[in-house]
Amino acid sequence: MTRLDPGSRAAARGWSDLTIRNMFIIPTIAFLIVFNIFPLIYSLGYSFTDYRASTNQAANFVGLQNYRELLGDEFIWNNFVVTAKYVIVSVTGQVVVGFGIALLLNRAIPFKGLITTLLLLPMMMSMAVVGLFWKLLYDPSWGVINYVFHLGDFAWLSNRDAALYAVAITDIWMWSPFVMLLSLAGLSAVPKHLYEAAAIDRAGKFYTFRRITLPLVAPILLIAIIFRTMEAFKTFDLAYVMSSQDTTELISIRLYKMAFQEWQTGRSSALAYIVLIMVLAITNIYVKYLNRVKER
Amino acid sequence: MRKTFTGLLAGVGFTLVGVASAAAEDLTIFWAEWDPANYLQELVNEYSKESGDTVTVETTPWSDFQTKAFTEFNAKGDAYDLVVGDSQWLGAGATGGHYVDLTEFFNKHKLSEVMAPATVKYYAEYPSNSGKYWAIPLEGDAVGWAYRKDWFEDPKEKEAFKAKYGYDLDVPKTFKELRDIAEFFYRPDEKRYGIAIYTQTTYDALAMGFENALFSYGGDLGDYSTYKVEGIVNAPVAVEALEMYKELYKFTPPNWGNTFFQEDNQAITEGLAAMSMNYFAFFPSLLNEATNPHAKVTGFFANPAGPTGVQSAALGGQGISIVSYSKKQEAAMRFLEWFIRDDVQKKWAELGGYTCSQAVLKSAEFQNATPYNKAFYETMFKVKDFWAVPEYAELLSQLNNRLGPYVVGDKGTAKEALDGLAKDWTETFTKYGRYSN
Repeated sequence: MTRLDPGSRAAARGWSDLTIRNMFIIPTIAFLIVFNIFPLIYSLGYSFTDYRASTNQAANFVGLQNYRELLGDEFIWNNFVVTAKYVIVSVTGQVVVGFGIALLLNRAIPFKGLITTLLLLPMMMSMAVVGLFWKLLYDPSWGVINYVFHLGDFAWLSNRDAALYAVAITDIWMWSPFVMLLSLAGLSAVPKHLYEAAAIDRAGKFYTFRRITLPLVAPILLIAIIFRTMEAFKTFDLAYVMSSQDTTELISIRLYKMAFQEWQTGRSSALAYIVLIMVLAITNIYVKYLNRVKER
Repeated sequence: MRKTFTGLLAGVGFTLVGVASAAAEDLTIFWAEWDPANYLQELVNEYSKESGDTVTVETTPWSDFQTKAFTEFNAKGDAYDLVVGDSQWLGAGATGGHYVDLTEFFNKHKLSEVMAPATVKYYAEYPSNSGKYWAIPLEGDAVGWAYRKDWFEDPKEKEAFKAKYGYDLDVPKTFKELRDIAEFFYRPDEKRYGIAIYTQTTYDALAMGFENALFSYGGDLGDYSTYKVEGIVNAPVAVEALEMYKELYKFTPPNWGNTFFQEDNQAITEGLAAMSMNYFAFFPSLLNEATNPHAKVTGFFANPAGPTGVQSAALGGQGISIVSYSKKQEAAMRFLEWFIRDDVQKKWAELGGYTCSQAVLKSAEFQNATPYNKAFYETMFKVKDFWAVPEYAELLSQLNNRLGPYVVGDKGTAKEALDGLAKDWTETFTKYGRYSN
């Protein structure tokens, strides 16, 4: 334990290490309890009631009714299916693009630092701004995408089949740099002597990639996948800003509408818990897999 | 003596001004961001001059309007003294305790006789036929149609249309004619399309669009007094109306599956469609050559009749309510006293607002003021509205969930969609205890 300089002001005031530590920790814990734990428990309570914030009526306990109704609602399941599609397309795209760019950058190239920094710019922007920006790019009348790919007046965001993919492409553009950054860190940590040994053994490039690069980068790549899956599952602003139709209604958008447009406070609290449990379950599966990969 | 008297008068005058300015209030009216809100700000500037009370019309985009207003209501906030709330909000505003009861005010000024009946019924009264009023009709609105006069009046087109359909090409008087004309002008190779309708499945776009067909086909959303929906919203006429609405979707511009008022106006300004559905309140920009290059050749008509001759339309528009959490309710009441004055209603119409005053609506001056005012007048006496119950937003979501995939996604049949909707709504009304045994 670091001892306080006896001449310091704190020591002069008679503050011990414990007092100073508590001065930092207690407000943090209090903050967490007030703004995280309390609302979490409070909303859990609401999820068992028929409470509606838009009325002046008290909440009535309805037991598991909200959960039962939500899990039996075909439209809610459709929202989950849309979300699953979005997560799979978006995360897969980010891993392929991000890891691919990292492989390209993991070699001696001129202006490597500058290129890496420029590639990181998309993820530093606000989701809502990116959404509006890409909405313009996709515009059939003056958007540059249709012009470049000679797509005529194809309306990406109003097309029921294409809209979700259009949003996912934007997410891939925005978050591939994140995967790239983590992948680069993993790639640079692979011991050089393994590649040298492989070269001496005349191992092919693909074999080296499959047997050396991929296994050693896999743990850090999995961490990136965990983060991106959790984030993609919660995506709201991008899809909300870019398209508003049932084929792009992610579960977070449905949750928002239920809570703040329909004011079904109790029911939306239950849905929030269902989403939370799902995210925790998926993350748990990933973490277990990650641990297994690490043990190899 | 004269000097003393003048001085005394001046003193009294200054004192009165002082009292008036001390009593002056700053009122805030909350509304959505659109042209009528700008007209209202112009109008209330007159009130500020007259009364000394400053009135500000605060606006927010339509997409945020409901959420923002109700967030403030639920927090019992006094940021807004008056709100120009959507007609569907009446139930939630009244039963949630967010709106001040204006029944006494309404009866004192005999507003149920002064204002157009539909506006009183749908913008002010809750529950239906209860004689309890929560708003003063402010902006009347309904859905009508804009069309390309030059396309319709082209002799070659007229001749071709007559040859194909056996009757003259003219403003459609029935939904069948509307469909034929939409089909006739549907020419994707020339980038010309027949019709533009509402299809967006968020909030009330699709509901308003479908209601235009439903009500004119003689159908209804349910029995507003008993909440019975089974056998009404999925009645054979409703199924026919929905089939017709889907039929019209076939003749829209490509990917017209996520459209509302903005896109439907663009269909005319960009020369895409022969006819376009929209609220009358959005028509002024279609007459403005700066925003519509086809302004000179744009015409307007009221929603056509259904197969049995019934003619109706979906109601838009809003009433103005005093927010119960406002600390300036007296001043708000004074403002409403001013707003309902005949001369103010006339001025409101002159500025571009859609007055609900029967006298103004019936005047030749109003009906001839714009090319669409007559159609508006005719429509306002035939309109019907969506449910105004507190759970209206859930009902809208359920309608979007059922009708969207059928109309735009080509899934299932009209009967299946409406049967599903009747089931959803029955469950919702049961859940909220709307049925009395």
